[in-house]
Amino acid sequence: MSTTPATPQPKTNRIGLQILDYRGGKTTLCAGCGHNAISERITEAFYEMGIQPERVMKMSGIGCSSKSPAYFMSRSFSFNSVHGRMPSVATGALLANKTMRSIGISGDGDTASIGMGQFVHLLRRNIPMIYIIEDNGVYGLTKGQFSATADIGSKLKSGVINDLPAIDTCALAIQMGATFVGRSFSGDKKQLSAMLKAAIAHRGTVMLDVISPCVTFNDHEGSTKSYKFMQGHEEPVAEVGFVSHFEDIAVEYDHDTTVDVQLHDGSHLRLRKLHEDYDPTDKVRAMNLLMEAHAKDEVLTGVFYVDTQKPDFTSMLNMVDDPLATLAPERVRPGRDVLAQIMAEHS
Amino acid sequence: MGRKNGVANVIRAALEYNNSEARRWRVSVEMVQACRPQDRPPKRLLIKACGQNLPGFTDDTYPQTWKECIQPMTTPDLVVQDQPGLQPAGGIPQIVNDFSIQIATVNGSGSQSANNVLLRSIFRMGVPVSGKNLFPSNIAGLPTWYTIRVSKDGWVARKTDIDVLIAMNAETAQQDVQSMRPGAAVIYDQSLNLDQVRKDLTYYPVPFDQLAASTGADAKIRKLVKNMVYVGVAAQLLAIDMDWVEKTVRKQFAKKVKAAELNLKAVRAGFDYAASSLTKQDPFVVAPMSATQGKIIIEGNEATAMGAMFAGVTVVTWYPITPSSSVVEDLIDYMKEYRVEPDGKASFAIVQAEDELSAVGMVLGAGWAGARSMTATSGPGISLMAEFAGLGYYAEIPGVIFDVQRTGPSTGLPTRTCQGDLTFIAGLSHGDTKHVMLLPGSVKECFEFATEAFNIAEQMQTPIFVLSDLDLGMNNWMSEPFEYPEKPINRGKVLDAKQLKELGGFARYKDVDGDAIPYRTLPGTDHPAAAYFTRGSGHNEKAQYTERPDDYENNMLRLARKFETAKTLVPKPILEGKGRETIGIIAFGSSHWAVIESRDQLQRESKLGTDYLRIRAYPFTQEIHDFVAQHERVYVVEQNRDGQMLNLLKVDLDPTQVVKLRSVRHFNGLPIDARSITTVIAEQEGAAK
Ligand SMILES: Cc1ncc(C[n+]2csc(CCOP(=O)(O)OP(=O)(O)O)c2C)c(N)n1
Ligand code: SF4
Ligand SMILES: [Mg+2]
Repeated sequence: MSTTPATPQPKTNRIGLQILDYRGGKTTLCAGCGHNAISERITEAFYEMGIQPERVMKMSGIGCSSKSPAYFMSRSFSFNSVHGRMPSVATGALLANKTMRSIGISGDGDTASIGMGQFVHLLRRNIPMIYIIEDNGVYGLTKGQFSATADIGSKLKSGVINDLPAIDTCALAIQMGATFVGRSFSGDKKQLSAMLKAAIAHRGTVMLDVISPCVTFNDHEGSTKSYKFMQGHEEPVAEVGFVSHFEDIAVEYDHDTTVDVQLHDGSHLRLRKLHEDYDPTDKVRAMNLLMEAHAKDEVLTGVFYVDTQKPDFTSMLNMVDDPLATLAPERVRPGRDVLAQIMAEHS
Repeated sequence: MGRKNGVANVIRAALEYNNSEARRWRVSVEMVQACRPQDRPPKRLLIKACGQNLPGFTDDTYPQTWKECIQPMTTPDLVVQDQPGLQPAGGIPQIVNDFSIQIATVNGSGSQSANNVLLRSIFRMGVPVSGKNLFPSNIAGLPTWYTIRVSKDGWVARKTDIDVLIAMNAETAQQDVQSMRPGAAVIYDQSLNLDQVRKDLTYYPVPFDQLAASTGADAKIRKLVKNMVYVGVAAQLLAIDMDWVEKTVRKQFAKKVKAAELNLKAVRAGFDYAASSLTKQDPFVVAPMSATQGKIIIEGNEATAMGAMFAGVTVVTWYPITPSSSVVEDLIDYMKEYRVEPDGKASFAIVQAEDELSAVGMVLGAGWAGARSMTATSGPGISLMAEFAGLGYYAEIPGVIFDVQRTGPSTGLPTRTCQGDLTFIAGLSHGDTKHVMLLPGSVKECFEFATEAFNIAEQMQTPIFVLSDLDLGMNNWMSEPFEYPEKPINRGKVLDAKQLKELGGFARYKDVDGDAIPYRTLPGTDHPAAAYFTRGSGHNEKAQYTERPDDYENNMLRLARKFETAKTLVPKPILEGKGRETIGIIAFGSSHWAVIESRDQLQRESKLGTDYLRIRAYPFTQEIHDFVAQHERVYVVEQNRDGQMLNLLKVDLDPTQVVKLRSVRHFNGLPIDARSITTVIAEQEGAAK
């Protein structure tokens, strides 16, 4: 008979870390802001996938959304850069150390206005990182001006109506070469979690546009990025299921209605079709679905496109296996003979 | 071209005319007219120099009003020494190894290799040379001039006078001939009939098309071959050693034997034609010396590229822009050759970015994650990099930015040189931002400073700007061979997991060592306390967000102290002269070569002794303050309109010292020449009286 009562072992993930090890600082965003919910989902996804936090770089631009890396995974390295320029900083960091994982948090203003130039080139290069747009249709941090993802006809609190078309960052991402493209909603816990875990399992640019209502400036009647609007208009294109490579469970699925995609780390994305024409491996169909949804005023969510074959940018550069950042001096400084030879060529 | 330096040229030409036995020089109306009115020399000075005989001058040339704005000048001291000259029996006096050749061609006509052969053949004869390319911002079809200066005394700065013209461009030929100094020689395509333009030059007509055709080259490449014909003609007329010409051609086309043979055929066709059909009538010849042994010829941008490779650069980003593109283009070649490992994998990444914002963003991302990263750009790119430059300074991220300066503002003259980015870069970005600048003055320093910039960047944890210019970067310069970097690679204060374990943690922005340089960690460091939050917003010692007044102020003060620490790391200025003269000269970068020649002119012509301090970095070190303190008047020589170096000095110097500063500025897009400096200093020192 034991005299010491058994203290319950704290729950840990597959690498022995607790959820606490993935927590960030206390949020300073508004209570109820969609961005906070996304931070929660990211924390859980990395915990559940058992990713060592020290192996992760958190990148961002400027905005309420771009502040959020401070609110998850404090043990990860973080770089809050300048407005709209996170893609270049993230690219540089990955060139220096391609063995790191990278997650970038941006806003719709940070991405679709000031940052458009760098954004499309990040997609085009298929930089191996997760790129999340916390999309609220406004510039939260500068107090609620329209962003370029605001839908035509949506209304600001002041009554101003947006009369310019929205940029569909998902359609753009598919066209520009991202290899994992989807849209979700900060309030859709199940879908967002599955998509984030699949994103972690993918290698290449994962572009997720996550509708993330701004409770302070864009959650009113007439907004198309409010909680209420999303509850009424979210239209999942498929049910997103995720089976990780380390979970030893064979899940039965119907091959006729479900698309199975094996991801780079061996995990599986199981997409149960909710739409007739859904085929996440076909760019044209994916684009059509998005266009049709626009016409019907639906906010299509789910994984629209996945390509697991296209090489990512760091592999295309054919770099040595070790991180460039820490190569030994003798590997990066050629010898005296090399200088002597070059000098002779110029004599 | 080149005639806008007015007073210097005309007076000198006049005086040379006066002093020369051979009376080769004449002052032409055109020369005076080409001067800006305020630069025109006084009539009586010209008369004094040339005697009463002022051919072609009318009262139109000397309007009353103009006369009135001239200060009376006498010039007992301003005597230009003429070459002693060899005097072959019955011939004209020779001018040996002291003249310049200008080759006028059309952009895109492939004259570069021919010019290179000329330059290097003379160099290999042991004679000091420099080569400057004056090219348009255009791919093909616009005029280009390449100037080779041959100087037994080793002067390599631009010289405004041209002695030998090779006129290959029909469009500019008339004008080119007009701009020659009297007595100059002109080698030209005979169909241009240039000998009708002026009577005071020596003409050598050459049937270039015919000679090019005689090589058997097919029509497509005849245009290129034609260039080699002028090499042969010039070699014969100027006594350039054909052995060296041949060796140089073979070396240049080492990988293309057939091309080498064809080009040599063209050279010989030119040589033979000149030998049989032309009679040497000008004084300019090359004679072997031994002043270039062991030296190399290289462009500054290539030297920069080499320096970066030997620095161990690993991440390179760029967005093409003249005149910096060849830094990265040459680097790509070198890295492919010397930095690919036996398994075929690269120990580097080179990325052509979508713009300069992105190029510098990648540099900072890579520097943050631990790579030695760099980008190369020019003025417009620097403007775009401003916001990131401030982030790099404030978040304390290493990176190296090479600025090969060209003229501004805006697009300016993209293919002309300038030192005009100095004050902009010194404080590039908003807020209280300050940057370290390295200012190489030679191709050798382009190499050395490139290597050192990466050490300083990582030691200081800040972006380092290395400012060269088009003249230094894209022209051919002689140099001592570069020395292998003896200093080990210094990665600065980086804590690894083991150190963190011993320390238990660290504060990213804390001044632990008293030098204001904090410690950092690299992403991936395997310790729970390794990570920190990098941001361009307010942060405290622990890299936490803060808006507290004292946190902000303390951090800014530490950054200011860190800038003081930079003074211990940057290259010190170099003093030339004994330091006992009353007159000092301060210059930097490519102006150096004109300054040293000007000091010689000032000494010889006006008995003006000078001390010279060449600044090689910003922030300014104590030596610079001392130099100004030790002199009564200090001339700051630079290639921009606003006296940017002078302004930076004004900010730093004690007000009692600032009054000593005088400004010598040159900013017409052409490299500065010695005479422009000499004229201003001599005049201000009263030596011109
Ligand atoms: C160069 C520059 N211009 C303007 C700003 C001001 N600014 C800060 S955040 C922001 C918009 C952010 O909008 P978004 O990316 O949608 O983020 P949200 O706050 O909505 O999450 C703007 C315009 C800035 N920081 N930098
Ligand atoms: S202003 Fe809007 S976007 Fe910013 S924190 Fe508040 S709710 Fe979120
Ligand atoms: Mg927004």
